[in-house]
Amino acid sequence: MSRQSNRTTDSKKMNSELFTLTYGALVTQLCKDYENDEEVNKQLDKMGYNIGVRLIEDFLARSSIGRCQDFRETADVIAKVAFKMYLGTTPSVSNWSPAGDEFSLILENNPLVDFVELPDNHSMLVYSNLLCGVLRGALEMVQMAVDVKFAQDTLRGDNVTEIRMKFIKRIEENLPAGDE
Amino acid sequence: MVIFSVYVVNKAGGLIYQYDNYVPRAEAEKTFSYPLDLVLKHHDEKVIVSFGQRDGIRVGHAVLSINGADVLGKNTAEGKDILEYLKDSSNYPVSIRFGRARLSSNEKLMLASMFHSLFAIGSQLSPDVGSSGIEMLETDVFKLHCFQTLTGIKFIVLADPRQSGIDALLRKIYENYSDFALKNPFYSLEMPIRCELFDQNLKGSLEIAEKAGNFGAGS
Repeated sequence: MSRQSNRTTDSKKMNSELFTLTYGALVTQLCKDYENDEEVNKQLDKMGYNIGVRLIEDFLARSSIGRCQDFRETADVIAKVAFKMYLGTTPSVSNWSPAGDEFSLILENNPLVDFVELPDNHSMLVYSNLLCGVLRGALEMVQMAVDVKFAQDTLRGDNVTEIRMKFIKRIEENLPAGDE
Repeated sequence: MVIFSVYVVNKAGGLIYQYDNYVPRAEAEKTFSYPLDLVLKHHDEKVIVSFGQRDGIRVGHAVLSINGADVLGKNTAEGKDILEYLKDSSNYPVSIRFGRARLSSNEKLMLASMFHSLFAIGSQLSPDVGSSGIEMLETDVFKLHCFQTLTGIKFIVLADPRQSGIDALLRKIYENYSDFALKNPFYSLEMPIRCELFDQNLKGSLEIAEKAGNFGAGS
């Protein structure tokens, strides 16, 4: 997994196995600490949120993408630019709700779950819940409140991994000037 | 062609980072004999020249030091009131250094907050919808450039009016912020930035921008 950058400083390559191992160690330690799958899911979401609020600035600084005008544009940017930049995979956008406020990201491969199998006693664990938190945190920083959850998960027997994103509202407090 | 200073303002309008790259040191130190031919007065906790001009000392310049010791507001380093001290002929001859008073950090905080509020005027005055806030403020001594990110952080650069490439510099500072401030897990969002790596890299970026005069792609 290489670090995309449009600077001429050295592009750092890191072994993606190390990343998978790191994430795995994180989840198993959380399971030991909390012993309750729901609680672990919540913690992963919180951690993801903290990552998301910082990652969004890195994303905006590197991609120079302007403000998205509607939710469809947001979906495209997330799938084609953000996921590609950070996870090296491009999910497809589908299952739009009639009102255009909900869509699904279908991931063919999820780098977080390479080599992972969920045991029976952790059937409620959403292993990649960090990603939901990241998306939620990042969008909140650009004044969009969204609800993100996993609708399907290959670790729990489904064919594909599907992340369902629902637009809740635009956050009107503290809007940067010029965006009203 | 110089870049004078960089300010970073958070979403709420508070100054979280400030760096003075180049402060024009228009100072003059002279030895005076009694009586002083400049008229001094108190202004804002400082002593400034209100009338009289000679040898590089201008109206508005503040007393910076007396006999080599920096002054503390209205008092000398020993705590005596400056105007009283200078009325006493036994203290002469005295060497006084005059210069442009530097902004204190409180003043900078206040000015940054004021600019934050003023920034919104740009979009409110706009005849058409969707205008950005104030992007540039020009005076005959400097140009202020402002870049607001989609998340509400403002990067402000004060530079020489002829300096080019500031847009690219602002984007570079944004990149530095997203790298050295945000990726530091011990830095909390919206708080003052106290990251050494950010300082170093910012200085580096400013040097490159000043030399090149243009921060183009590939640099």
